[in-house]
Amino acid sequence: MAKKKSGNVEFAPRGIGDEKSGAVQKGVDLPAATKSKHKDLGLSAAKLKAMYEQMYLQRRFEERAMQQYQKGKFGGFLHLYIGQEAISTGTTFALNDDDDIITAYRDHGWGLCRGISANEGMAELFGKATGCSRGKGGSMHFAKAENHFWGGYGIVGGHIPIGGGLAFANKYEQNGRISTCFFGDGAVDQGALHETFNIAQLWKLPAIFVVENNGYSMGTAARRHTVADIVDRADGYGMKSAVINGMDVFSVYEKMKEIADDVRKNSEPWFVEIRTYRYRGHSMSDPQKYRTKEELEEYQKIDPIERLKTYILENDIAKEAALEKIEEKVEQEVLDAVEFADNSDFPKDEELYEDMFVEDNPYFHT
Amino acid sequence: MAELQFREAIKAAIDEEMARDEKVLVMGEEVAEYNGAYKTTEGLLDKYGYKRVIDTPISELGFAGIGVGAAMNGLRPIVEFMTFNFAVLAADQIINHASKVKYMTGGQIDCPIVFRGPNASAGQLGATHSVAYDSMYAHFPGLKVIYTSEPDDAKGLLKSAIRDDNPVLFMESEQMYGLKGEVSDEEDYIIPIGKGKIKREGEQVTLVAHGKMYHLAVQAAKELAKDGVECEIIDPRTVKPLDLPLIIESIKKTNRCVILDEAHPFGGLAAEVGFLIQREAFDYLDAPVQRVTLPDVCAPFAKNLFDLWYPSVKQVVDAVNQVTYRN
Ligand SMILES: Cc1ncc(C[n+]2csc(CCOP(=O)(O)OP(=O)(O)O)c2C)c(N)n1
Ligand SMILES: [Mg+2]
Repeated sequence: MAKKKSGNVEFAPRGIGDEKSGAVQKGVDLPAATKSKHKDLGLSAAKLKAMYEQMYLQRRFEERAMQQYQKGKFGGFLHLYIGQEAISTGTTFALNDDDDIITAYRDHGWGLCRGISANEGMAELFGKATGCSRGKGGSMHFAKAENHFWGGYGIVGGHIPIGGGLAFANKYEQNGRISTCFFGDGAVDQGALHETFNIAQLWKLPAIFVVENNGYSMGTAARRHTVADIVDRADGYGMKSAVINGMDVFSVYEKMKEIADDVRKNSEPWFVEIRTYRYRGHSMSDPQKYRTKEELEEYQKIDPIERLKTYILENDIAKEAALEKIEEKVEQEVLDAVEFADNSDFPKDEELYEDMFVEDNPYFHT
Repeated sequence: MAELQFREAIKAAIDEEMARDEKVLVMGEEVAEYNGAYKTTEGLLDKYGYKRVIDTPISELGFAGIGVGAAMNGLRPIVEFMTFNFAVLAADQIINHASKVKYMTGGQIDCPIVFRGPNASAGQLGATHSVAYDSMYAHFPGLKVIYTSEPDDAKGLLKSAIRDDNPVLFMESEQMYGLKGEVSDEEDYIIPIGKGKIKREGEQVTLVAHGKMYHLAVQAAKELAKDGVECEIIDPRTVKPLDLPLIIESIKKTNRCVILDEAHPFGGLAAEVGFLIQREAFDYLDAPVQRVTLPDVCAPFAKNLFDLWYPSVKQVVDAVNQVTYRN
């Protein structure tokens, strides 16, 4: 009979409070940002300003949304993307407009990038009929299918196979489109990811799977929920891979463009780890005891929006006044959106039964 | 009697069973260092340490199955799901493995495991976070299913569930965790699985309601009492095994029944209880049995649609008026 061992048994790695050095523990290690200048990347002054406007819009949209939530203007979950805007922006600028994008519930930034107006977005948060998903989805389910934004999904990892399926259809149709699927570091632990990676590699699907590693899955640091570097998963499937600094929009743009070109040419999947940081809590009710204020401040010092602004100013691409004009325009757009959402009607009662089936008069069990 | 919040009653049950039996352990997302997404495991890490209170990755299929294997191999895991809406990913382990392993090995292997967490809707959380799963699991042989409505029931039944040598699903609600109620301070307070409770006595109509729906039934009964209609409320507490004799006894007295169920209408608890009543008490019925359920539609986000979607006191009152021919 085996001898009974004594001693300390533990399973999950320990988190905060266990570090000994006293140094700030970083949620993620950022790889170096690209050295390329905007001209090397083929980005015009107008494009840079558009990028700035897009990132600033996402930031202000969510800050206003948060205020409205706190005022009790709407309920449900509210997961903010603040801090991660360089990823949505760099990616959408790098892709063709008809390439497919699908993401998780932290989806507002993605929606705004793909043509959901501030009005439609805010109205969706408020659950109004004028929202992008007609008030049926709320914060977690922004979608704009006509712009190839397939929406935000609330079951962690659930949309990873779907991202593969979008790519499957593109390959089937030989339409030249590629599909991109974004998810959090927490989703990497789901079996769905591994099954999908195997099939995607085996069937050579034109897909880019991207983990937005913001260091935390709810209250659990990445090193407490997953082994090794996330990107290493790719090796097991013989999949091409890359790690990108997600706090720098140029780095995201440059690499995602390169990868998109490769996928379009060779029809083979990639797994990309973009490292980033979320400034706010997981959702609105998160005391954030799992991380330090110092850590948060380290990342806020390298804020992606400030970084682009500094670049634009230092390289004389636009004057301060021009950027201020953009900011004022965005500010107004977002304030108008709040008013629009507030003044919009709720869906009509009969809409409860709409959108379940394609038929006009489907069967409902009673 | 002590007044406890629902979450405190659950925590107390787990705590007592962990203290009593070293084989009992808890695992799930955010159960340890975060003290539980809904604080039902608050303080347990400090008390029992990293060996027995374990944070898991978001790998429902994986950790549910690890729980099943550990249970087969002699431990008594309590596997927490952040909600049963996410347990769908673990359904293979619950349905194909935990529920069947004893039978298909000719009785050689027991699987004493508790799967627990909040069930059903918790407000405007949208289509994927709002489904009631108790009836679905009750469909499968080999599983016991509990969905309680009050802290006292929760404490006594969770302790029973942890001691049970079979797989048990124990369901709670995000919206009830803060609810306070008197909880017996009897030492080692146990409520047997499969026993319902008459929670309000009345002569005219039987309301069968469990989980969050019980509280809707209470509100409706108060309204109806103002009108002189006295409802008897039966909380089955355990969905399976179902305390059918208790329900039938009540029907024999009231001759009328309305069933409340937080699930969609097709094939849910309401359908099952309705069938059983006609089989066992057909001659006693003075009106067809009615039910109040969710509609056959996904959960909408918009506040107004959500309120329309969710069962209301008015629907219960209307159903009672129907079975008492008062409309
Ligand atoms: C299958 C499933 N399990 C659990 C949850 C609850 N949940 C929602 S988000 C989340 C954390 C996910 O973290 P990550 O994937 O890193 O994304 P992030 O929030 O950082 O963007 C959890 C546990 C869920 N929605 N779905
Ligand atoms: Mg994360």
